[in-house]
Amino acid sequence: MPYSGAISDEQTEILINDVLEHHGYDFTGYSRASLKRRISRLYNLDKHLSFAEFRYKTLNDAVYFKHFVEGITVNVTEMFRDPSFYKVLREHILPSLNTYPFIRIWLAGCSTGEEVYSMAILLEELNLLNKSLIYATDINPSVLEKAGQGMFPLSQMKSYSENYIAAGGKRDFSSYYSANYSLAKFDPDLKNKMIFSTHNLVSDHSFNEFQLILCRNVLIYFDRSLQFNVLQLFDQSLENLCYLALGSKETIEFSPISSRYKRVGTEKIWRKTST
Amino acid sequence: MTKRRALIIGGSAGSLDVLLKVLPELNPNVQFPIIVVVHRKQGMDSLLTDLLSYRTVLKVKEAEEKEPILNGNIYIAPSDYHLLIERDFTFSLDYSEKVNYSRPSIDVTFQSAAEAYHDGLVCLLLSGSNADGVNGLITNNLFGGISLAQEPSSAQVSYMPEQAILRTNVNILKIEEMPAYINSIS
Ligand SMILES: C[S@@+](CC[C@H](N)C(=O)[O-])C[C@H]1O[C@@H](n2cnc3c(N)ncnc32)[C@H](O)[C@@H]1O
Repeated sequence: MPYSGAISDEQTEILINDVLEHHGYDFTGYSRASLKRRISRLYNLDKHLSFAEFRYKTLNDAVYFKHFVEGITVNVTEMFRDPSFYKVLREHILPSLNTYPFIRIWLAGCSTGEEVYSMAILLEELNLLNKSLIYATDINPSVLEKAGQGMFPLSQMKSYSENYIAAGGKRDFSSYYSANYSLAKFDPDLKNKMIFSTHNLVSDHSFNEFQLILCRNVLIYFDRSLQFNVLQLFDQSLENLCYLALGSKETIEFSPISSRYKRVGTEKIWRKTST
Repeated sequence: MTKRRALIIGGSAGSLDVLLKVLPELNPNVQFPIIVVVHRKQGMDSLLTDLLSYRTVLKVKEAEEKEPILNGNIYIAPSDYHLLIERDFTFSLDYSEKVNYSRPSIDVTFQSAAEAYHDGLVCLLLSGSNADGVNGLITNNLFGGISLAQEPSSAQVSYMPEQAILRTNVNILKIEEMPAYINSIS
């Protein structure tokens, strides 16, 4: 594919508009370069003969529209990605939440769940899983379905195990899953404390108060003003003195909520210091 | 309106040495941004930025998402994200599938930059062992930009510039010719 620009800037805007008006999904605040690249990629992959056909199906075919949302959102994820980040969770953040009788964690944009299982493993090893509840949400129902199954490619386990160890894990990582053909099926006990639900960060409201909110590698897809709105949503959903964590290239600096937060160490973790 | 200019340098195996030789020779008053996309191991970001900083008076920094792209700065694409350029000349990062087994992919940056800078873009492809970047040069040519490749015999690994020469129109530069060429871009 020599050129990703199968779709023009104008056509991108037309689709974004259609999808908002007919399906109620608002992608207007998404960074255009990446969104356009995803749309062009989908157009090429699905071998549409014309933009008109692509547009028609996106508008009128509910099954195709589901596929469209899956295709334009980026679902790449890993277990224990950025081990140094998980190490800080393990050694500082999660132990400090032990003072709460009950720990509610929100993983926003959890994709296929690798992050959710990583979190559950940490909580389990710290003896906190029993009093925790992990709300894992995403805009895309298909990834949540996968996340609920708790099965990840066996071929990834070597690299995940290395991440786990680098993040301070002491157990044998393979004790957490059983091999099932090409898949690693994770211990169903880990799943007891997970709740999966669709939630659109652009349009849905705060639904609970949390002691820890993780939203990693989602804000990079949003423009600044949408980033600020979403950070405000997190702020409303976070109990005072509790923690907000973002992806390694994301920040709350420059945002209206930043004055009420204090960075913890060198990872992208902030503590709410006032309401 | 005068056209916005940018130089993007892409490379893989064997490209660091070229950067270390070329950067010190650059005019301290360059009137365009220089964006560097090199394949490397994860987690070596600050090391590379530091390493290159020592070789030039120009400001070297990692490209940050939503950051406005300024003339005279050298921006390094962070490892493990694709680096894209928005129409308002800010950066975006994208953690999507690898392209040509690479993230950052040179193709992705070249292509999105071509759509933003059109004929103001200059893309230089250095030493490397895969063909990432070649499709980007094709796009760059389509938009009227200038495409350059390191002379293969001067490259530690010649495959990448060779593929560029085979598959599209490029000007070929020896390492010693690069600084003068870059300094003459206006
Ligand atoms: C690159 S993945 C990040 C996965 C994981 N957090 C990580 O860092 O590895 C981005 C996720 O954000 C989700 N997403 C995109 N837009 C969203 C929105 N408006 N609301 C909720 N989730 C969204 C996508 O569906 C995708 O699963």
